[in-house]
Amino acid sequence: MIHTQALTRHFTAGKQTVEAVRGLDLRVETGEMVALLGPNGAGKSTTLRMLTTLLTPTSGTAKVAGFDVRTRRREVRGRIGYIGQGNGAGHSQRGRDELISQGRAYGMGKPAARARAAELIASLDLEAVADRVVSSLSGGQRRRLDVAMGLIHAPELLFLDEPSTGLDPQNRANLQEHIRRLRAEHGTTIVLTTHYLDEADQLAERVIVIDQGRVIADDTPERLKADYAGDRITLSFDREDDAVHAVARSTGIAGAQVERSGTRVTIESRGGARLVPKLLQSLDESGLTVAAVEVARPTLDDVFLTLTGRSLREEGVSASS
Amino acid sequence: MHTTLVTDTVTVFSRELRPVLRDPFSMIFTMVQPLFFLGLFAPLLPGTVGGGSALQWFVPGIVVMSCLFGTSAVGSNLQYEMHTGSHERMLVSPLRRPALIIGRALKEIVPMFAQTALIVVVTIPFGFRPHLGGALIGLLILGVFCVGLGALSYTLALASKNREWLFWSVQQAVIFPLLLLAGMLLPVDGAPGWLQALSKVNPLTYVVNAERALFNGEILTGAVGWGLLAAAIVAALGLLVGTRAMNRA
Repeated sequence: MIHTQALTRHFTAGKQTVEAVRGLDLRVETGEMVALLGPNGAGKSTTLRMLTTLLTPTSGTAKVAGFDVRTRRREVRGRIGYIGQGNGAGHSQRGRDELISQGRAYGMGKPAARARAAELIASLDLEAVADRVVSSLSGGQRRRLDVAMGLIHAPELLFLDEPSTGLDPQNRANLQEHIRRLRAEHGTTIVLTTHYLDEADQLAERVIVIDQGRVIADDTPERLKADYAGDRITLSFDREDDAVHAVARSTGIAGAQVERSGTRVTIESRGGARLVPKLLQSLDESGLTVAAVEVARPTLDDVFLTLTGRSLREEGVSASS
Repeated sequence: MHTTLVTDTVTVFSRELRPVLRDPFSMIFTMVQPLFFLGLFAPLLPGTVGGGSALQWFVPGIVVMSCLFGTSAVGSNLQYEMHTGSHERMLVSPLRRPALIIGRALKEIVPMFAQTALIVVVTIPFGFRPHLGGALIGLLILGVFCVGLGALSYTLALASKNREWLFWSVQQAVIFPLLLLAGMLLPVDGAPGWLQALSKVNPLTYVVNAERALFNGEILTGAVGWGLLAAAIVAALGLLVGTRAMNRA
């Protein structure tokens, strides 16, 4: 469905050239649900804009839905759906009018466009607001309208650029549910960008981690976490002495990283959750009393941290880049 | 359904027109300025200008001015849509790029017709007597001019990107000299040579002269021919640069 080779995009601002995307090789098969994950400025949106013909690549090739994004733009455009970061519907328009216009833009006849608009309005729960001026809609309603507009021609491939940015948790959950349903009912191939870790984790079957214009990891969320981050076991002791001894006893665990701060010892290890019973037993036998245990499963943020040494949550660091 | 440049243009045109039809009063606001000129400037005119009634001379100019103000500003609508994301939505669709500019520019004819009708209706009680056939041909020429001017305004919006101040600065810097040099408010006949020379290279001058002739029933005249040519040149130029800008967008 998507096949890129050495896809590259530079931006020139004054005398400075920024390499937003550097030699991206990407393959997405029909029916996949893929998330591009990375901090702001990593090149996710630039990649998406090249794949959707909105931006011409500096070099490299990309075939989307069977057509070259550079030479066969109209064919690509007719086959893909795109839900951008902004509002697709004109603010002075009414939602239903915009949906019908979109349908016409994709070559649907008037009755077909009208019927499809009504169908989407019903399925996205927009009946009450579809005939109102878009500027009077709430953020969540507008976002649902955006989704409807992106789906008007029932595309086989759907791109979503930061779909849940600016949505409250309730609307986010609704949107994710809708994306899942789309996939289940129509087998739509879905590519989304996000900097929300949980969104990538819960929604995508494949996560492509992008940083500084390059792919740095590409796998299922489970495998990424298993490969690049371990479970984190935190042991708390009443006395610092015990913590120091516990560190000595824990360093024997293969592949584990052990750290102590005060009375707390953290052990990071793959499959760490399964180590806990034995560890506790061994500590008990040595006469070290554990006051509390906490086991945390790794997140994609831990994966990103392992890969880059930076946290995705420190948005301030990357936002300026 | 198979799409062509024509169906794509119709799609864009209908989309642009719909909010206007749904809320016709939105057009009134762009008409306020010409009406002020009519109400506050016309009384200052002498009884006769160029040998005829002042109103016969003045109203066609105001019709062109109303078209000029309204149409040159439409780029700001596009700029707003570029800002909110709905222009991007159009760009990602398979609509042909020229249709995105032609459809928008053609729509500008509709509010221009409405404005002209309003101006004529308002001035008739005060003694304005338009020649019907001439006025209809006048609208045709003005329509052609409008399409070109609209396309240029959209081009300026595409070039200004998100810099709203840039769009308005350029628009104002272009509109007012054009307006004053076209002899729209005062005749340039008695002006110094350099001003008359500038006026002669201003396409708007020819459009205004043609409208004056036509509204007064002088149809088969050189002024009308020159006006049509000037309007056609503006339209061709506007659509050409507009299509190029849209292709690059």
